Amino acid sequence: MTRSTVDFSARVENELDMTLPSLSVNEGMARAAVAAFCSQLNPTAVEIADLKCAVSEAVTNCIVHAYRDTVGDIRINVKLCEGRIVQVEIRDRGCGIDDVKKAREPLFTTDAAGERSGMGFTVMESFCDSVRVTSRIGRGTTVILTKRLHK
Amino acid sequence: MIKTNHQIVYESAGDALVIRLWGEIDHHSAVDVRTRIDDKLLAERPHRVLLDLSAIDFMDSSGLGLIMGRFSLVRRYGGKFAVLDPSPAASRMMSLAGMERMIAIQYTKQERN
Repeated sequence: MTRSTVDFSARVENELDMTLPSLSVNEGMARAAVAAFCSQLNPTAVEIADLKCAVSEAVTNCIVHAYRDTVGDIRINVKLCEGRIVQVEIRDRGCGIDDVKKAREPLFTTDAAGERSGMGFTVMESFCDSVRVTSRIGRGTTVILTKRLHK
Repeated sequence: MIKTNHQIVYESAGDALVIRLWGEIDHHSAVDVRTRIDDKLLAERPHRVLLDLSAIDFMDSSGLGLIMGRFSLVRRYGGKFAVLDPSPAASRMMSLAGMERMIAIQYTKQERN
């Protein structure tokens, strides 16, 4: 396996790669798998809840927005790094985000009819130390969540 | 067969309908929960609706849309809506959105976080 580089200089101690189809039933599967993998670092219950929420938001965005009425692959990569840093990368090859800055604004949603609250990125930002988003129209979106666990 | 991770239980208490949700609220479960609750609300139009979130062990922002949507529906037909005993998972998501400024929250079982 070739390990992809981390967006900071910490050494990667363990890594999980999985690909799931963008079915809504996999929202629960994705967050449970990430939580189970991170449990080897003995995180607190709150830290696990934070990670589960953030992953759930990112995966839901892939299903609701990136692939909309189609089904495509969601690739999730989790890195456990030196210094108790968890990095979760969620990548889709969907429609892409036209204006990432706008999409990150609290309460902004393109799907009010579907009762989307527009709080997805706000939740990710609140429960992680950093959220990095890169997107290209027609190519897809990558969200990188980073969280440092307490010692 | 895909397992469901949520459950809805209804209880009548005087003029109030208590809707107790169990399990996990995410985008996947919210679609089903929304449809089932709305069918019930529109058929019975209870004067008071209490959405009991004490048994919710996971909730993401899909839960916010679910709560706001039911609040709006009940208000539209002239009823009163409140959230009852939100669990820590529900409470922290509602606090993040400042929902307590818009929607009544009643606590009977646990200390306010």
